[in-house]
Amino acid sequence: MALIALEFPPVSHLIEWPDLFGTSGPFGLNKVVLLTFLAAILVLAFYLIAGRRRSLVPTGVQNLAESVVEFIQEGVILQTMGPEGLSWTPFLLTLFSFIFVSNIFGIIPFIQMPVNARMALPAFLAIVVWILFNFIGIKSQGLAGYFKSMLFPPGVPKALYILVTPIEFVSTIFVRPLSLAVRLFANLLAGHLLLVSFAVISAALFEATVVGAVLPGGLLIALTGFEVLVAVLQAFIFTILAAVYIGGAMHPEH
Amino acid sequence: MLAQQTPGELAEGLTAVGRGIVYGGAAIGPGIGIGIVVGNAITAMARQPESAGMVRTTMFLGIAFTEALALFGFVLSFIIAG
Repeated sequence: MALIALEFPPVSHLIEWPDLFGTSGPFGLNKVVLLTFLAAILVLAFYLIAGRRRSLVPTGVQNLAESVVEFIQEGVILQTMGPEGLSWTPFLLTLFSFIFVSNIFGIIPFIQMPVNARMALPAFLAIVVWILFNFIGIKSQGLAGYFKSMLFPPGVPKALYILVTPIEFVSTIFVRPLSLAVRLFANLLAGHLLLVSFAVISAALFEATVVGAVLPGGLLIALTGFEVLVAVLQAFIFTILAAVYIGGAMHPEH
Repeated sequence: MLAQQTPGELAEGLTAVGRGIVYGGAAIGPGIGIGIVVGNAITAMARQPESAGMVRTTMFLGIAFTEALALFGFVLSFIIAG
């Protein structure tokens, strides 16, 4: 029995791309940067086309766009922020659509690179949300009021504040943006690596035995379907957490 | 056998073992936690099907918080350098 040539490429080969068009350094344009621009343009074009000719009975693109708006309003905002959060629909809708489009690039044939599998974009989005919810908190509760409701949650015995206050500070200021970014990044990276693993195994088995590739190949197709679910779910979770953080900053806990 | 190894080989092997332990260890707690979250959410939905929408949203929130710990482990396992 011949040995199967199974060589797994190092992780950096799977997510790092060379700079294109002779650019380099911090302004280098590689595949990931171009895909980020493409995602922004696609989202913009989608909503511009959907809103161009508004009719009372929606058809086609407008229908799709309206169902996304409705999903954000009823599935995210009303469940977490209440009716007064509806003015946040444009921001959360953009966030959801942009993250979803950047994620779905991971399974589109010949592109197959989720933009969020690099840390830059999730980190940027998490920083935007972090600045936003702190700003909203200070704006609606005042600086002292915001920190008081954040660091000294009511209904806790006085002596426990020695424990609770540092934990609340670290979890609100550091862990929230970190976990927001890492969750999106790690889910997409893990999905990308999973697909690569099964593709490598399928290719090696196909070369060796042909028939042996049926099972991993089938799993590869199933996992591609699973990645669609991950793309939607991660966009949804990022949006809902942003809504929870912003909603929590607007109203102190009672 | 031991005499034949090249200098960096042992450290490299131990790094690989460490990576495995880091991710494996980080996945134990969240695995149990997500099971508890989803199990209780299903119980709640079965008891009160009309509240399914609210329970599902809260369930995803709970999963997201629990899962974050496992993902920290996943990222850490890549950060550990040989």
